[in-house]
Amino acid sequence: MHMSGAIIAFEDLSKCYVINHRFDRDNRLRHTLERALRAPWERLRGRAPGPATTQETFWALRNVNLKIAPGEVVGIVGRNGAGKSTLLKILSRITEPTSGRVRLRGRTASLLEVGTGFHPELTGRENVFLNGAILGMSRVEIRRKFDEIIAFAEIEQFVDTPVKRYSSGMYVRLAFAVAAHLDPEILVVDEVLAVGDAKFQKKCLDKMDDAGRTGRTVLFVSHNMQAVTRLSSRCVLLTAGKVALDGAPHEVATAYLTSGVGSSAERTWSDVDTAPGDDVVRLTAVRVRSESGVLVTAIDIRQSVGVELEYEVLEPGHVFDAHFCLRNEDGVLLFVSLDVDPVWRRRRRPVGRYVSTGWIPGNLLAEGCMSVDAHMVTLMPEALHFRVRDAVGFRVVDCLEAGDTARGDYPRPIPGVMRPLLRWTTEAHVGEDVQALTT
Amino acid sequence: MLSYRGAAALEVMQELVIEAGRTERQYWKDLWRYRELFFFLAWRDLLVRYKQTIVGAMWSILRPLITMLVLTIVFGRLAGMPSAGVPYPLLVFCATIPWSFFAGSLTSCGDSLVGNSSLISKVYFPRMTIPASSVMTSFADLLISCALLALLMMWYRFPPGRLALLAPLFATMAFAASFGIGLWISALMVRYRDFWFILPFIVQFGLYLSPVGFTSDVVPSRWRLLYSINPMVGTIDGFRWSLLNGATRMDWPGFLVSLTVIVVVLGTGIRYFRKTERTFADVI
Repeated sequence: MHMSGAIIAFEDLSKCYVINHRFDRDNRLRHTLERALRAPWERLRGRAPGPATTQETFWALRNVNLKIAPGEVVGIVGRNGAGKSTLLKILSRITEPTSGRVRLRGRTASLLEVGTGFHPELTGRENVFLNGAILGMSRVEIRRKFDEIIAFAEIEQFVDTPVKRYSSGMYVRLAFAVAAHLDPEILVVDEVLAVGDAKFQKKCLDKMDDAGRTGRTVLFVSHNMQAVTRLSSRCVLLTAGKVALDGAPHEVATAYLTSGVGSSAERTWSDVDTAPGDDVVRLTAVRVRSESGVLVTAIDIRQSVGVELEYEVLEPGHVFDAHFCLRNEDGVLLFVSLDVDPVWRRRRRPVGRYVSTGWIPGNLLAEGCMSVDAHMVTLMPEALHFRVRDAVGFRVVDCLEAGDTARGDYPRPIPGVMRPLLRWTTEAHVGEDVQALTT
Repeated sequence: MLSYRGAAALEVMQELVIEAGRTERQYWKDLWRYRELFFFLAWRDLLVRYKQTIVGAMWSILRPLITMLVLTIVFGRLAGMPSAGVPYPLLVFCATIPWSFFAGSLTSCGDSLVGNSSLISKVYFPRMTIPASSVMTSFADLLISCALLALLMMWYRFPPGRLALLAPLFATMAFAASFGIGLWISALMVRYRDFWFILPFIVQFGLYLSPVGFTSDVVPSRWRLLYSINPMVGTIDGFRWSLLNGATRMDWPGFLVSLTVIVVVLGTGIRYFRKTERTFADVI
């Protein structure tokens, strides 16, 4: 009635999380104990359990409005933390929204992680039934599809072996096969294409492609832009919990990749108390600089680019290993680079502000958008101080005119995650007359 | 595929609304729809239970027998408690059945949510399926123990009477008691792992605070009502009374107290569980 033909309608959907800043993994148990003992007592005295920590509210989704028609295959893209996964979690009823609503018409199956509920002690056969039931299949349905699932996973000989004896490849394939044979009206998929080998991934893509063609509504999140443009009939770009763009996949994909949405040259945290990190060290800024020291969002493929981490050491006497990870637009991790500057390596540091810069040489990366994850660890004793995904990003551009890059004179897009400029030699073993041709 | 789509089309037309505080509307219907998952989870627990043990399912027989033996020696022989004219092992075994069921299901129920946290944070289904299905392994033990009891009664030539037909009712009480407390503890444990430590204490001390190794008659009558606040007092007394065909005395006012406690705990347990389950995925 209100939905006017839509199978899924998001109406002013918002989700708010409360984040406790000071407590990380190490002292969570102690903290929980402490709070658990204090909470009932404080409630008795008519007080809500006081925030023992600095609490911050974070809007994962803010007033999202979307209508999805039956049979649409919608890809949802956006930076990490843009709210994609939260959207799917609400849709699959794992967590509830803070305000707003979703209206659904149809059986929904969600696939937020393959192999959920697999039990290592059970055999492949038993796990297919268990996992199928968890994903919402009936016993009759599983029995009917059982042979198909096993064949799809290519594990016929191991059906009655406990899955703890499986190789990780077999495990993932089986888990995937069960999920791929779900038959709901609405299928919700989160980044599942990040697993398995390339051949199996293709098989799964094909299977999902079929799903879309048989009139099923599919909603999926992926970092793999190729998968998004190939599978979806519509694409939604989320930015900071809001719908930034909604349209044809290739349009949204180009906008996402070329605009500043996917990348910014600088990200700063002005308030040290709430910046990412712990009581030992906090990240205050991440920047991308060209060789001349200018902040850049796009860089010539021939030039080196510097990734700069600025952090505030709050507690003296720790040894740090700052590092960053570089990912391409498909979410593929290209490399990890640790700060190996001998000046501060293996040395305890005094309190203060530090800036560490890692230089990525020119003629190494491929064209496209890169994103940087900033990390800070201490190796002895092992501690993770902060990890910020997609802190900054930049685009690598290959101008075709010069002809002095690895692409040579080839004008069209080139695949590959790297594009180093190699030294090439070509030796001629030909007759005299050919040499005459060239001169 | 075609047949499935036809079947599903029937339930498609109704609209599902997801919004804050609204998830519970179809709760009981959902719970029924997910009954197969309930059986699969129970089946999983049963299957993996005795994996990598030497005597395997024999444990289901050994455990109650050993418990009976120890309690008989401690309370019957050493403490010399009255036996109401019934062979002491029989007296004890009739009580270990509901007690072991209670203790076992309470333990698995309490741990169940945290033990299945990966499921909770990834897939939707009515969360009550988890604690409910975790009770099933203890239920299997209960059936095995009942068979053992039958053998024991033959051995002592103590045939059960007509009252034995009431035993399932008292077993249901034991289930309600463990499920009620289990719901409370499992939901609390999601947020406060302290209950992971508290739970064993309840089970450990409960054994001595309940009339397992002795009859409730050893409790002075003016304390009887207070004693019956322990929900297992009425449950165990009733179970023993019915199986031994009235050989032990039944204290009905005390029984009513226990029953009331069980109803209250179960009711509030369900309410608390429903109230908090919407945030399980965010907290666990």
